[in-house]
Amino acid sequence: MNQTILEARKVTKYFHDPVTSQVLKEISFSVNRGDFVSVTGRSGCGKSTLLYILSTMDTDYEGEILIDGQQMKNKTEAELAKVRNEKIGFVFQFHYLLNEFSVLKNVMLPGLKMGKYSNDEIEHRAYEKLKILGIESEALKKPNQVSGGQKQRVAIARALINEPLIIMGDEPTGNLDKKNGEIVFDIFKELAEVYNQSLLIVTHDNEFANRTHRIIEMEDGKII
Amino acid sequence: MNNKLIVDISRSLLLARWKQTLVAAIGVTFSITMFISLLSFMSGLNDLLDGLIINRTAHIRLYNEIKPSTRQPLSLSEEYKNHYNFISKIKPKKERLEIYDHAAIMNYLKKDDRILGIAPKIMTQVFYNIGAIDLTGVINGVDVEAENKLFLFQNYVTEGNYLDLKNTPNSIILGKGLSEKMLANIGDVIQVTTSKGEQVSLKVVGYFQSGLQDIDNTQSYASISTTQKLLAESASYITDIQVKLKDINLAPALALEYQELFDLEALDIQTANAQFETGSTVRTIISYSVGITLLIVAGFGIYNILNMMIYEKMDSIAILKATGFSGKDVNRIFITIALSIGIFGGLLGLIFGFGLSALIDQVPFNTPSLPTITTYPVNYNPVFYGIGAIFSIVTTYMAGYFPSRKASKIDPVIIIRGK
Repeated sequence: MNQTILEARKVTKYFHDPVTSQVLKEISFSVNRGDFVSVTGRSGCGKSTLLYILSTMDTDYEGEILIDGQQMKNKTEAELAKVRNEKIGFVFQFHYLLNEFSVLKNVMLPGLKMGKYSNDEIEHRAYEKLKILGIESEALKKPNQVSGGQKQRVAIARALINEPLIIMGDEPTGNLDKKNGEIVFDIFKELAEVYNQSLLIVTHDNEFANRTHRIIEMEDGKII
Repeated sequence: MNNKLIVDISRSLLLARWKQTLVAAIGVTFSITMFISLLSFMSGLNDLLDGLIINRTAHIRLYNEIKPSTRQPLSLSEEYKNHYNFISKIKPKKERLEIYDHAAIMNYLKKDDRILGIAPKIMTQVFYNIGAIDLTGVINGVDVEAENKLFLFQNYVTEGNYLDLKNTPNSIILGKGLSEKMLANIGDVIQVTTSKGEQVSLKVVGYFQSGLQDIDNTQSYASISTTQKLLAESASYITDIQVKLKDINLAPALALEYQELFDLEALDIQTANAQFETGSTVRTIISYSVGITLLIVAGFGIYNILNMMIYEKMDSIAILKATGFSGKDVNRIFITIALSIGIFGGLLGLIFGFGLSALIDQVPFNTPSLPTITTYPVNYNPVFYGIGAIFSIVTTYMAGYFPSRKASKIDPVIIIRGK
């Protein structure tokens, strides 16, 4: 159960524009299966930067990232895309749903991309995820026809579709009101405790962070 | 699986902006339509104009010519073999214009399978007598049936039946311009004076109109036997053998071959009518360049629309990449969009192009110099459709290439963090 699924080893990152400055200073930590981890800190402390490096989308860093024991350095862009597709689920501050597709199709897209299951199977799974999040009745609507809180839940369902090792969130409740933020938090908690899903959530909402299993607090590019 | 997904996403993006897509597709349709109809029309016109010459002219003409011999007796001399010999004031020898042993030559030619057909001919200078005035001109003595088979003789005989030339003894078909000068109607008898000074009466059985004024004003046709009688020559006398080839491009090479073989002059059509080929080439180049310009303009339209679409869909591209679509997938999505605009627009263009050509084909076009033509000429060459289809796909691919590459290079981090 205590299998390490994400590990950062001495991750260092510089910004070069407009002047070179170090934003991350030798960050090392790991996330185990089932961990519900929050990363907090003041704005500008580098927590989002860290998240994007961990998510493999930002490849300009020093140090090592291991996801599921695999070294992420020296992978090609297409290989990293595959890792994101299969092993990481994303929830951002903004929902980033595609308005051209129905809610259901939005959830299905990463699954279709993975291509591991048949269309019907993926559709069935997408329905299941939507059911967990309590929005299966909205499945056939377009994203712009559902409310903000529901959109974020659709985004979570999308993150879950490929049964990722870890869900990464960048201020997932940042754009939501108190009530919807609460719903999203409860979903995360349920995922972690009931489904043993690992979560790594960047937030500056201390109340949110305090209720997670583990808090990584950052300041000035370092973990304190 | 992956392909289906990419097509699916492309279609959704396309349909989301269907008005813009339609404009882009109409651009392609328009240019392909114009490309097809322009080329069909132009090449129809080219064929018509070339046909004026090519249909009426032998691909290779074999004849005797009065000219100075290229080999002088001196060159046969052993004594002066190693000298440079200068001979001045060489004159041509009196030579008959008749082709010797033409029956053997014609038999040989008939067996050559590069040849479509041959027609013997006698050309002779005459004077047409109109009262006190003599008009110079030429009578072509032809084998009526062979002439019709190879050179579509009946198309040019506007009045009267061309077969009467063969069936009526001592008959003549006059050039239209000539008949107007002579005020000769069908059934009238006219007088001609041959180059040997004999006067002969011939019955007019028809008029011909070639479309070339110079010919219509001076030339006329008679049967071979009539012409032989006119010249007081035997039934074996002919001056020309006209050869029509299966492939006109072989003419220069074959002309050279026959010249050696038969010891005759052989003139190929390319040498005789160089200016026609030049004219056709220039017209073809113009049509192609206009057509391709249209397509390139349409290509820029597609480029613009894709660029705009990429700016609009920045978020979607970012999230697709975040959830596991590689840059290559994104690239393929936009290339698919570009190509479907190209294929759809191009296909419609081909159909409309065919329609427009068919329409042009119906427009009346009457000109006194071209009696057989009643509507504008159109060439429905499938090659044009092939070129149009290929070009529509190539230009839209090119137009899609750069925007797609840009889309594939979008960094999702910048967009997601920017919100």
